Amino acid sequence: MSEWMSLLAWGDAGWGDEMVRGALWTLVLATVAFALGVAIGSLGATAKLSSLPPARWLGQGYTTVIRGVPDLLVIYLLFFGGNQAVMAIARGLFGYDGYIELNAFTIGAIALGTVSGAYSTEVIRGAVLAVPRGQIEAARACGMSGWLLFRRIMVPQVARYALPGLGNVWQLTLKDTSLISIVGLVEIMRSASIASGSTQKPFVFYLSAAVLYLCLTAGSNRVFGLAELWANRGVRRA
Amino acid sequence: MRFELFGEYFPDLLSGIPMMLQLAGLSLFLGFFLAVLLAVLRTSGIRPLEWFVRGYVYVFRGTPLLVQIFLIYYGTGQFDLIKQSFLWPVLREAYWCAIIALTLNTGAYTSEIIRGGIEAVPWGQVEAAKACGMSAWLRFRRVVFPQAIRQALPGYGNEIILMIKSTSLASTITLLEVTGIARKIISQTYAPLELFVMAGAIYLTIVFTVTRIVDWIENRLSPELAGRRHVEDAEKDLASVH
Repeated sequence: MSEWMSLLAWGDAGWGDEMVRGALWTLVLATVAFALGVAIGSLGATAKLSSLPPARWLGQGYTTVIRGVPDLLVIYLLFFGGNQAVMAIARGLFGYDGYIELNAFTIGAIALGTVSGAYSTEVIRGAVLAVPRGQIEAARACGMSGWLLFRRIMVPQVARYALPGLGNVWQLTLKDTSLISIVGLVEIMRSASIASGSTQKPFVFYLSAAVLYLCLTAGSNRVFGLAELWANRGVRRA
Repeated sequence: MRFELFGEYFPDLLSGIPMMLQLAGLSLFLGFFLAVLLAVLRTSGIRPLEWFVRGYVYVFRGTPLLVQIFLIYYGTGQFDLIKQSFLWPVLREAYWCAIIALTLNTGAYTSEIIRGGIEAVPWGQVEAAKACGMSAWLRFRRVVFPQAIRQALPGYGNEIILMIKSTSLASTITLLEVTGIARKIISQTYAPLELFVMAGAIYLTIVFTVTRIVDWIENRLSPELAGRRHVEDAEKDLASVH
């Protein structure tokens, strides 16, 4: 046991600080990807609820494909194809012909954002549909403009209805960050595999990785629980 | 898009399907038994057992599957005790490590789905079964379990799809299923989009088929729904006559 402790010690001798630094990267990556996912999800939900058939098809296609294929496949697509795509866009739009390379963090954030965006789309769509139609009609009858209706009636309620579902999407995104280790970002899993490689003690480090993930999921669960309490503070319960 | 790649590499990708289905099928099969056991323990009313199952589910749902796979595949090799034991021939193989990890993982998720089903069975039915003199086992077999399964089926359908997608992680410990093969070909050809389209089509086809099968089973297991449809059909027929 003391050997395990010294392996996980802080500083140059142990790997404790490296593991914790990995956990911070995991947290940052998950946060950025989740935020991107919510942004994409809002657009996706708008598209799926749109009265324009092409927008609906696009939204439907996006969620069907992303939710039907493994996340790892999406990550490989962006890892191997991301640079080509960005360079093609740069050439097409700005006439820039140089070499562009996205770093592992950017690729990871875009890949996980794309994945979590598909799940967020469904959550937000459900939340929008949960707002009673009568309220929208009442707002129109009061003479609210589209923007005012969106800001005063839709956003506050959709945010509240979507919160539990988005909490699940967050957990999913947090756990999915482990896949980005394959692209080379030094988050929890990558730190663990580097440490196992140089000490030949994989069990210790993958177990520590599991504990770190548990801390992150448990901690963020609490945050979402509190957020739900706060969001529902004005709701009367039977 | 380089279409000539499709004819060349599609058969290679198809050859990964048996591995994918084996991994998903075997671990879903084993995981289902584990899940029923866990769900029964979880609803048993015996505190220490309930806590154990709670802890188990918490750990497996709170950590990424990749950690679980690596812990079993790489982690167990750290101990000489395991290396010298009868377990090593199994734990040495990536295939069995993947099966074990996927089984333990789906067991945790599925047990929660089944628990929901068990708890949805009205308590009055259990009391009635008791009053008829049924033993606990007979009660479980005839009253609780069949209804719990029917209740759990839609959730279990999602779990099957998740597991099919999860088999892709087995490629990280050298197993060549569809995603692993796709990755290998991408690094040879540098055609990520083409390979994504091909591999994605395979996954979507399988996911679609599974969804259809689960829907069909759900219909078969819900006679009251089927009955209602007959009534609706009959009403429509009547309406068209008048």
